[in-house]
Amino acid sequence: MLGRGILRGLIETWRNFQGSYYDPARLTTVQYPEQKLPPQENARTFPFLVYDGEDFLAGMRCTACSICAQECPAHCIKIVKDTAKKPDYLGKMQFQPQVFNIDMAVCMECGICAEVCPFDSIKMDHVFELSSSDRLMVLQKADLAKSNDYFRQIHPAEAAAVDAARAGEQRKAQAKKDASPVPVAS
Amino acid sequence: MNALDPIFISTLHWLAGLAPASVRPLVSMLLVIAGLMAVFGSCFALTTILERKTLGRMQNRFGPNRVGPFGLFQPLADGIKMLIKEDIVPFSADKTLHFLAPLALTVPVWLAFSVLPFGRNMSAIELDAGILFFFAIGSASELAVFMAGWSSQNKYSLVGAMRAIAQMISYEVPLVLASVPVLMAAASLSLPDIVQAQSGFALGWVPRWNVFTPWGLAGFALFMIAAAAESNRCPFDLPEGESELIAGFLTEYSGFKYALFFLGEYLGLFAVTGLAVTLFLGGWQAPARWLEWFPSWGWFAAKFSALIFLFIWARATLPRLRLDQLLNFAWKFLVPLALINLLAAAVWLKSGVWRFPAAAEIRWLLCAGLLAVPYVWLARNWNGVAPTQRHYNYAE
Repeated sequence: MLGRGILRGLIETWRNFQGSYYDPARLTTVQYPEQKLPPQENARTFPFLVYDGEDFLAGMRCTACSICAQECPAHCIKIVKDTAKKPDYLGKMQFQPQVFNIDMAVCMECGICAEVCPFDSIKMDHVFELSSSDRLMVLQKADLAKSNDYFRQIHPAEAAAVDAARAGEQRKAQAKKDASPVPVAS
Repeated sequence: MNALDPIFISTLHWLAGLAPASVRPLVSMLLVIAGLMAVFGSCFALTTILERKTLGRMQNRFGPNRVGPFGLFQPLADGIKMLIKEDIVPFSADKTLHFLAPLALTVPVWLAFSVLPFGRNMSAIELDAGILFFFAIGSASELAVFMAGWSSQNKYSLVGAMRAIAQMISYEVPLVLASVPVLMAAASLSLPDIVQAQSGFALGWVPRWNVFTPWGLAGFALFMIAAAAESNRCPFDLPEGESELIAGFLTEYSGFKYALFFLGEYLGLFAVTGLAVTLFLGGWQAPARWLEWFPSWGWFAAKFSALIFLFIWARATLPRLRLDQLLNFAWKFLVPLALINLLAAAVWLKSGVWRFPAAAEIRWLLCAGLLAVPYVWLARNWNGVAPTQRHYNYAE
């Protein structure tokens, strides 16, 4: 009650003041547009669609099952199923989306879509510098598609786990195919 | 004495000499006013940016550093922003009072600068009762604040203004009481005389500034605390407490009127800081004999900047008080201590004639003890005994 606490506070702010000129620990602010901190691995901003290989239309993992669109609390995902099918990584024929739109103005970056996706297709991105001078904030399929390499780059641990699981399934499917008797043409 | 010392006065005489003799007093008066407004106006601009930068450094960040080199043009950008903003007057406001309030705050604050001695022979008006004039003018700001709060017809404005009035009137008392011992010591109400009374050196090297006496040190501390409250500075800025009052009496002000309030607040701080320098830190006197080559106004500026830094430092450190704590602090701590300080100063001044051995030491100890014992007792008791255990009547 004798003002000792005030003095201690004053000393601390003084240390901050003079330390800010030579001690990086006393000046932790990053000058944003020039300096950027690397994002945390588990950071999440907006969803994107993972595809394998080079061509995003051929390698798109999405099967247009619409679970993400139904689970989305903000209803910002719009999916229209295509009539044509394409083979997935196991060789099974799957549906594919004709239209896959996400309204960025509505999306609240909760990540529920990524959690519920059974095909490891929709994942959360790291991009955050998204301001633009137009109001077109509905991203199309082509805008959303990003390669698996990119996914490995931003979420190394999760991507490795997904890749391992998928490789295991592929091996299992291959083994099943090898074990099954070859249908003889009659 | 050096050539730089009277440079402002000689420039003033030279400029006034260019005018015809009949209007010379008027011209010289206008020149003084223009000079004061230019110096303290730019001082205001500089303080806003330096304060923000210092606050930033004290809070582990850079502060504004984008506009111009080191962000030094920030006040310019802020000024342009303030000037081109829309000036909104609420529909139900008392338009005349709403318009007059910023002026009523700013004009008296400028007047307060007229009696401060900024250097050797450098005060605009040499009033015999300069300090009385200063406090009389200073108390006019309460009226302006209440005008602003009342005319806005807004509950936040009104509550903010009422808080400001309560605070300003309460802290006016310790502010004046803390400066009374200085008047007793100098036996004069004139500010140049007070500075003159602090000239010379005790023991050949300690300047005879009031702050180096027990009562002067206590008075200086009391004065600075009360000055912070008078000029609505943190930690006493709760008339504008954003968390509960939006912006207090400034809520309905925008654009240039808001800028005027801001200016008035800072100028009030400058004026009262200048008074603190004059009363306790020896005004424009150099701190040592071998430093007297530096011009007197330079010393005033140096002490002034140091005190402004002290205010910024306190602002970066201390959180805001609650209103009851604020008023209790004024009436139960500062005012009794200021009264005791009067007694200590009286003892000090009367004991100046002691001629027995070790008289100086005994005098020091006596006066310091007269202040230290009540300080400890008051500091422990002014806010009641701190509760050790919380009691909840219904929640247990």
